Amino acid sequence: MKRLAVLSLLLLFSTITYAQDAPLVPAKRDVSVANTEEARMKALEEQVRSLTGEVALLRVELKELRETKSPEQPSGPQVLLASSSVEPGVVPSSLAPAVPQAPQTQTFGGASGNAKLLNPDISLIGDFIGTAGHNDVAPGRSLEMHESELGVQAIIDPYARADAFLSFGETGVNVEEAYVTFTSLPAGLLLKVGKMRADFGKVNTIHNHALPFIDRPLVTNNLVGGEDGIDDAGLSLSHFLPAPKNWFLEGTAQVFRGDSSDVFQASRREDLSVVGHLRAYRDLTESTNIDLGVSYARGHNNVGSNFLTNLYSGDATFRWKPLRRAIYNSFLFRTELFWSARDQFALAIPNLFQTQHAFGMYSSAEYRVNRRWTLGGRFDRSGHATNAHLTDTGFSGIVTYWPSEFSQIRGQYRFAHFATTPGDFSNANELLFQFLFVMGAHGAHPF
Amino acid sequence: MLRIMATTRITAIASSFALVFSLLFPVGGSADSKIRIMTATTDLASLAQEVGGEKVDVESIARGYQDPHFVDPKPSFLLKLSKAELLIAVGLELEIGWLPPLITQSSNPRIQVAAPGYLDASRFAKILDIPTGQVTRAEGDVHPLGNPHYWLDPDNGLRIAKGIQNKLSEMRPNDAAYFVQRYDAFEQRLKQSDQQWQAQMKPYVGRKVVTYHRSWPNFAEHFGLNVVGYVEPRPGIPPSPQHTVELIGQMKREGVKVIIVEPYFDLKTPNSIARETGGVVVVLMPSVGGEKEITDYFKLFDYDIAKLKKAFDQTH
Repeated sequence: MKRLAVLSLLLLFSTITYAQDAPLVPAKRDVSVANTEEARMKALEEQVRSLTGEVALLRVELKELRETKSPEQPSGPQVLLASSSVEPGVVPSSLAPAVPQAPQTQTFGGASGNAKLLNPDISLIGDFIGTAGHNDVAPGRSLEMHESELGVQAIIDPYARADAFLSFGETGVNVEEAYVTFTSLPAGLLLKVGKMRADFGKVNTIHNHALPFIDRPLVTNNLVGGEDGIDDAGLSLSHFLPAPKNWFLEGTAQVFRGDSSDVFQASRREDLSVVGHLRAYRDLTESTNIDLGVSYARGHNNVGSNFLTNLYSGDATFRWKPLRRAIYNSFLFRTELFWSARDQFALAIPNLFQTQHAFGMYSSAEYRVNRRWTLGGRFDRSGHATNAHLTDTGFSGIVTYWPSEFSQIRGQYRFAHFATTPGDFSNANELLFQFLFVMGAHGAHPF
Repeated sequence: MLRIMATTRITAIASSFALVFSLLFPVGGSADSKIRIMTATTDLASLAQEVGGEKVDVESIARGYQDPHFVDPKPSFLLKLSKAELLIAVGLELEIGWLPPLITQSSNPRIQVAAPGYLDASRFAKILDIPTGQVTRAEGDVHPLGNPHYWLDPDNGLRIAKGIQNKLSEMRPNDAAYFVQRYDAFEQRLKQSDQQWQAQMKPYVGRKVVTYHRSWPNFAEHFGLNVVGYVEPRPGIPPSPQHTVELIGQMKREGVKVIIVEPYFDLKTPNSIARETGGVVVVLMPSVGGEKEITDYFKLFDYDIAKLKKAFDQTH
């Protein structure tokens, strides 16, 4: 083994010497080009001289840098890297001249820069919810660590990034989302592959902790699969579409396996579901904008392969946020409408094929009063997917307090009028409160 | 029945994909046209304009009077980013809340992080306030890589401009001489102006000031100011009564009279501190475009220094 190493070293060395000799040989032999060669040599000499100077300069700079860094080296991030056979933080410094790729060295100084070396951005968002009051239809637990969402995000390679969100709830772990996004496709295409929240309307795409309420709207629970909504494994392709001046138009097409909570169920491999979304956005002024969307989803439901559920939705959002006071005041109004057409057996007559057409909607508003307080409200109305004659109604008032950007305390009063059976109902009056806390990497602000 | 359903399903999938595919519009740019540059902030836009001259089209995402930590990632920026050939960011996690999603969604391979069309300006600048030891958010919204408000030092302005010049030359080798010449002219003008600014600020070297947010360390270092306190108890944390009382005490003890505030912060607390201490609140612009008259990097310092001078003169 040792001998082999010596041999290969010798071989390498001889190649290098040969390579260095090689250009000299023709220079000696060929007299006619000697002059130009000489000129070239001179230029090269000049270059070598300037490079030597530069190297000397860089050496000095490196020495300075090492001196400033040295006290941290024994306990610094290098310890973390010690397990790997090649220490990325150390190797370059042994090849001194190769190090300063960027001569502006003073910028990189801090140990913290190295600590992140190749690690993904990791964050954990804790979501604690308490509920008090009366609810016979959908009672929540009095106190629960509703979910702890672990986010792991990184750039994978020059062509893609990946995002994974694992949600640890009271009943187990759920991969809320885990997908790779290919950012370097030709023709402006954006491809996502993995498990993801479907691009169906607005609220379906938002994670629990980023919602402006503690719960989800009634219509989400009745028609669009509840808390997890349409969240499935599949592929998503989006593209900006040509639009009139000042409008932004984006189309998204998605194909999923066809299993999403209680909305879609794939009994066979062919029972895929599809989602299409068209988004239109326009800045009205620099502080106001409107965001519109129409969505369509289609899949097989839990009655069987031959039974389809078609979902249609329209959403509209108006935002106001004055740029000079963006951290103090803002306003958002949003409405989403949903139509569900669900194939099933007729309720009264067995074995009679029937399609239930249910409608549901919510409207919400939030106003940021100052840097720390936000007030909000929501109106809910939704039919039941399986029985469109039963309609639930509700409203909520929400107060949110932010001690900092990384924690949030929220209270919500919720009233709901549940239609339980035709002609009968049950009212719910509840107070909810929530504590949210964010650890680790600074995530993107919701928009 | 089954076959019909299978067919409709396939048609549905195919047609939704076809909808997207049929509307593809490849965006191409010829080598001779202007370089389309997007920058995160107006200051970088101004520097890019200085170096790029008429060979570039520059636009900034954030406005000069906007808090650069909190910019909404509006889809209208996506259209511009999707066509950009170069994106210049401030870096040091200043834009962490809004630029990464914009970059991803732009579906523009040229400006993805570390692609040839992505330039992190902090690479060229002298960075201050790099935290050492343990970094936790008990310190507020700290920037672990250092203070990102580094452009408020003309020397850093030069360094960034040089970095931009190299990048533009790399992108358009044929115009390299033009960019070098533009940079040289800019360097000369900036050095001249800096001498004037230094001369204007000379009588106030060593003066103690209080600032709202930690936006001014590079500015203070360059012009010899001494920042002794902050209206925010911690970066990103709104003023608290207790901290305000302490700050007032400190300002009285040390005779600090000038409170520097960025245009996007509420003036209520700074004003009450000024009343208590007999000082003045001066709203300085951290970025080009903060006021209509601040049209470029030069006017930014003209404006800030004139205001600061006035404030110092008022209090003595």
